[in-house]
Amino acid sequence: MEPKTKTRASAADTAERESSAPPPTRTGDAPIMKPYDAAKIDTRVRVNKAYKMFVNGAFVRSESGRYFQVKNAPEQEDADPETVNVPRGSRKDVRDAVLAAKNAWHGWEKRTAYNRGQILYRLAEVMESRRPELTQSLVRGGQTDAQAAAEVDASIDRVVFYAGFADKFFALLASSNPVAGPHFNFSVPEPMGTIGVVAPDRPALLGLVSTILPVVTGGNTVVALAGERDPRTAIVWSECIATSDMPAGVINILTGHAKELSTHFAKHREVIGIDAWIVDADLRKAVEADGADNVKRVKTHVPMDPEAWTDDRKAQGLGWIERFLETKTVWHPVGL
Amino acid sequence: MTITKSDSSDTSRLERPSNKPTAALDFGMAWDYAPAPEAPDHVRIDPKYGLFIGGRWVTPRSGKFFPTISPSTEQVLAEVAEANAQDVDDAVKAAREAYDKYWSKMRGADRAKYIFRIARAIQEKARELAIVESMNGGKPIKESRDVDVPLAAAHFFYHAGWADKLDYAFQGRRYRSLGVAGQIIPWNFPLLMAAWKLAPALACGNTVVLKPAETTPLTALLLAKIIEEAELPPGVVNIVTGAGETGFALVNHPDVNKIAFTGSTGVGKKIQRAIAGTTKRLTLELGGKAANVVFADAPIDQAVDGIVNGIYFNQGHVCCAGSRLLVEESVHDVIVRKLRDRMATLRLGDPLDKNTDVGAINSKAQLARIQELVAAGEAEGCERYSAPCQLPEKGFWFAPTFFTGASMSSRVAREEIFGPVLTIMTFRTPDEAVEKANNTMYGLSAGVWTDKGAKIFYMATKLKAGVIWGNTFNKFDPTSPFGGYKESGFGREGGRQGLSAYVEVE
Repeated sequence: MEPKTKTRASAADTAERESSAPPPTRTGDAPIMKPYDAAKIDTRVRVNKAYKMFVNGAFVRSESGRYFQVKNAPEQEDADPETVNVPRGSRKDVRDAVLAAKNAWHGWEKRTAYNRGQILYRLAEVMESRRPELTQSLVRGGQTDAQAAAEVDASIDRVVFYAGFADKFFALLASSNPVAGPHFNFSVPEPMGTIGVVAPDRPALLGLVSTILPVVTGGNTVVALAGERDPRTAIVWSECIATSDMPAGVINILTGHAKELSTHFAKHREVIGIDAWIVDADLRKAVEADGADNVKRVKTHVPMDPEAWTDDRKAQGLGWIERFLETKTVWHPVGL
Repeated sequence: MTITKSDSSDTSRLERPSNKPTAALDFGMAWDYAPAPEAPDHVRIDPKYGLFIGGRWVTPRSGKFFPTISPSTEQVLAEVAEANAQDVDDAVKAAREAYDKYWSKMRGADRAKYIFRIARAIQEKARELAIVESMNGGKPIKESRDVDVPLAAAHFFYHAGWADKLDYAFQGRRYRSLGVAGQIIPWNFPLLMAAWKLAPALACGNTVVLKPAETTPLTALLLAKIIEEAELPPGVVNIVTGAGETGFALVNHPDVNKIAFTGSTGVGKKIQRAIAGTTKRLTLELGGKAANVVFADAPIDQAVDGIVNGIYFNQGHVCCAGSRLLVEESVHDVIVRKLRDRMATLRLGDPLDKNTDVGAINSKAQLARIQELVAAGEAEGCERYSAPCQLPEKGFWFAPTFFTGASMSSRVAREEIFGPVLTIMTFRTPDEAVEKANNTMYGLSAGVWTDKGAKIFYMATKLKAGVIWGNTFNKFDPTSPFGGYKESGFGREGGRQGLSAYVEVE
């Protein structure tokens, strides 16, 4: 077993280098060493995983080199060290991810609805086979075993729900319009482009799945900022995406601080819509105001109770897809 | 309309624009029509209009009135009240009371009947409304008579029927009306925009405070009179006149649940920013710089008429105007020649004359804006052609104009001119056309001209705009959702989809 380190900020869930919040603790300050267990000298030394953000189908650190730390829930140190470093995404990371999402959009919106549905269903398959890993990650993030298992199940079921919706919402939202003249006229839903998602802190997996899936089902691509409380689970889920058939760049997942990055989403001109689940009212307001720069479709929300996300009536449906679709109307004369 | 029989495949000559039509159109005096003005004697415009608040005509608390003129003669038509923040507050209070007391409690079937009454009264007063619209806004009577007023009636008629059928519109999803809607409308289609805004709001069970544009308040005030005569419960519709300050008093009023705005992208952004941090719902119908794409295989004469309709309809004061013409390179010269010929037949002048094709520019300020951008186009080296029309001495006028030789970065190719000014550019492949058409911050509308059906659908799929006209342009209907992509705004007006702007679903 390897030596374990403990920071002085052990009371906090996370500690970060640049934090200005008192007391001024920094990782790297003299660590408090756990006593080394010489009796375990023959035990295999575990390989720790480096957690990285998921951008354009690849796992990357923040270009800024910054990180923040996430600690395991007590008694959950078997698979990870007690403290792991998670990339603290920067404005440049947002821009890189938006570029990836923008480039991926042309291919994603062009796919047939049937094909998109199959890709989403494949994601559910991969998640199913990784249930233990997703569950364990949620437990490390502080959920009980039962809560974590229920959240993973609900998340997989939600992916299946949208997989089956990919080729149906169109018929529910489109229309043929009886204009008063010799014209054939119809309206169809179309995706908007790249959407920014600021996911709720809790539930770490179900919140992310519930906000991202309807957006990509509609044919948009996404840059999402994972919740800060348990960003590791978002990264584990990214590994599901990476091993499914999802094209690179359709879903990009950043880790970092909502307070720092939300307004960068809002100000980015290639981001056409935002779905932001933010507790802080001032930050919600800032996101709404900055979004006006390019007439963004800004949806901000006070995060729902974590339990509400398991309620299908509240957390999934046609309306969730419709929020990031445009209506295109086409006219053509009828005549000889 | 086919004007010449010249050979459409003749592309060998590179033509330079000149102010003379080709010989085919040199009819001498044969094109002079006798004046045919619509007589305005039937129309009664009051010398002074108050505000329509709580079902009554009231003097503004501001005590201020401003003159509203005819842009074709610069004559004052009436004095109109300027609502200040207190007046807006009165209007919102009246709307709230009407919402709580009557409108939200009334059966949909009964709301419908009130809205049907408005539609019918517009039809009954169609002539009067058309004349006043042309006098106050400067648009040709044939457009206000045949487009604005009938469509306004149609919008009320269409939406009236929705009032008791919203359960079908939202397919089992729960919905509720929003409350008080603040609506701010532009000067290019004053009555029609009032109809687009009021009809769905009322059908969905909301009450309204409507602010007409500063330069064109009169038909909205005549509509208030119609609403009064239709005996709608007091306060269901309130109409407050004024300028930008009045509009922002409405936007910033804390008891307004919804803002619907049609106007410039600049003001739309300000409104979006202003309501940040509130629970107000917002829909925006903003500017445009629509691409009108003409392929070489298009029916050229029809396309030329479509181009003219696309940009010179309503003096180009149309947010969805086809102001960027993208023509396939091989037919550029033919189209430019035919366009010049067609433009030579356009009659500019008295908006009340039934032969007039191009009326007056809506205001002095708008004329200055058009002149500034046209000067910028010339300064950037674009080649200008203006139709040879005699401009009247009084009033605000601008001859139908186009630019050739513009690049994608020219101001006249990027900025919304909102006047009778077309910018012509070329492309070689469909994908280049798509690339150029979508290279804009706007996305309200687009046109495609080709004889090939598959190409229409290819282009319709690729063009990022809310309305695509294939082998036609500038068609509108209440059953047909209208609204923009990108910085042309969000939300739709018309059709089942347009109802979402005035209800909270689930």
